[in-house]
Amino acid sequence: MADEKDELQETELSYDQKKEIAKWFLLNAPAGEINYVAKDLKEVLSDEEVYNEAAMEAFPVYNKSHMICLEMPSRVGDVIVSSFSEITENEYLDPRTAQVAIVDHVKQICSKVRPAYDEELPSSYIEEFRSALDAEIQRYVSESYPKGVSTVNSVKGKDADGPGTDFELVVLITARKLSPQNFCNGSWRSVWHIDFQDESQVLDIKGKVQVGAHYFEEGNVELDAKKEFQDSTIFQSADDCAIAIANIIRHHETEYLGALEVAYSKLPDNTFKDLRRKLPVTRTLFPWQNTLQFSLTREVEKELGLGKNSIIDYVYVVSVYLLYKPRISSRYQTFCANAMNILDFLKLQKAPMPGIEPGSPG
Amino acid sequence: MEAALGLLRRMPPKQSETALSALLSLLPQHSSDLLSQVDLPLQVLRDAESRKDFILCEYNRDADSYRSPWSNKYHPPLEDALYPSSELRKLEVEANDIFAIYRDQYYEGGISSVYMWEDDNEGFVACFLIKKDGSKSGHGRRGCLEEGAWDAIHVIQVGPEEEEMAHYCLTSTIMLSLTTDDEPSGKFGLSGSIRRQMKMELAVAEGHLCNMGRMIEELEGKLRNSLDQVYFGKTREMVCTLRPPAEIVQMRLPDS
Repeated sequence: MADEKDELQETELSYDQKKEIAKWFLLNAPAGEINYVAKDLKEVLSDEEVYNEAAMEAFPVYNKSHMICLEMPSRVGDVIVSSFSEITENEYLDPRTAQVAIVDHVKQICSKVRPAYDEELPSSYIEEFRSALDAEIQRYVSESYPKGVSTVNSVKGKDADGPGTDFELVVLITARKLSPQNFCNGSWRSVWHIDFQDESQVLDIKGKVQVGAHYFEEGNVELDAKKEFQDSTIFQSADDCAIAIANIIRHHETEYLGALEVAYSKLPDNTFKDLRRKLPVTRTLFPWQNTLQFSLTREVEKELGLGKNSIIDYVYVVSVYLLYKPRISSRYQTFCANAMNILDFLKLQKAPMPGIEPGSPG
Repeated sequence: MEAALGLLRRMPPKQSETALSALLSLLPQHSSDLLSQVDLPLQVLRDAESRKDFILCEYNRDADSYRSPWSNKYHPPLEDALYPSSELRKLEVEANDIFAIYRDQYYEGGISSVYMWEDDNEGFVACFLIKKDGSKSGHGRRGCLEEGAWDAIHVIQVGPEEEEMAHYCLTSTIMLSLTTDDEPSGKFGLSGSIRRQMKMELAVAEGHLCNMGRMIEELEGKLRNSLDQVYFGKTREMVCTLRPPAEIVQMRLPDS
């Protein structure tokens, strides 16, 4: 390895450079596609060593940020791999079953489980809140997400024995739909931080939802949508808190979904128009056959001795007016009338008119 | 090469430039293939003499200089450079003028350029390019978009004239990206690219420009609709599959 690093030829990349590039490709894979990316990447790199090292570094980051769910052996359930449930890089806690899953990031499987140690779990006081919330969220997720998985992790103050301290729980909801045979994949990730503030007896709620979709049949289109939320509720008993929090999350997520639908429905006629209209304002196709008209403008310019930029807009507008008289808006009509007057004036003058800028009349 | 193209298809469309340069450095021996098969967002240069912008692409490049369709000069200046024949240049000038008007009608702004050059089969090749910045700060008329970019590349091969007919082969690539940032929907971004081909045999009676223009208009329209309905539609479908819109929302009340 040291030799390769020293051999920095002009066109040859160093080992580290190749590794960084490989990591970049892996980390930017859309949800559920990292293995396809990995396959193509291996071929492009044709260097097992670089790929393996890059994979060892990139897969854990990818898995955690995409919050992948892995099935635990013996049908114990699923564990969500995330920075909130991380104990060590290869060990992730599932608080619901009090098991720690040992995972192989590159293979994306859970190889085995072990029971969690006491110090890895929250105290029984915190656990009361956590499990009540977990149950409520599970209920919500099973109602609203056909393929959703959720978990509630205790992140701060998990050792508190009773009231008097602040603590924080994090709700994770993740759903994925992978249809590679239909060239379409998508993922939904919700992360909700619930900050239980003891002194003010308030629950401060901050949420972030990220939705992604990728469709790539004879083309390549990606959706990348995200939104942040802020809300709060009062500090009550564990059960009542759970219900209140779940209702708040449900409310915001449902509203967000509705807003996404609205954004999509505005696309064809509004949003897209800022890029390209469906048809010109004349509501007819472009009159390509009238190229004769455009050649005429050049003749007129030459005759009047004017530069190209100063007159073509006027003559074009006049042509459009003459072609589409009944369908032109009144604003265009006024403009055309002005343009025609100026043209007549110019023909009489037969001299360049200084100070004519394209598009200057109102 | 297949693997390289596969990688490019999966990377986020907005990162296509980074992805391509990464691949070029990994596979220098395939660089000409990669560059010809992959399209990147278009770059623009200013032609100070004509006071207009023009679009850069492989078709107006010679060494490191680019030819402006307005002044027919290379930027930066180049000796012994390639130019189209004077007859073709006449057609090129006309094409640029008309295409600029077409562009204005459909895009209400933006920049366009047309380049032509003779090919080996006694025909010629024309490249029509459009670049539009549809964001609020750019040419977006309605102010919907936080960020919006449309790049269109149309390459037409025109065969030699035979019995008053000619064969046209058009390959169109559209690359676009749009992002809205509103209160209710947060940051909503769609981006992507598609490419299609269209071949036609047409009478040359009305001139090459007319035929090429019509083909481009038709294909552009089809691609715009396809992107909008099929491609974006599929992503919309996916969102609804992940989380179907709630018909009945059951709100649980506290048991107290």
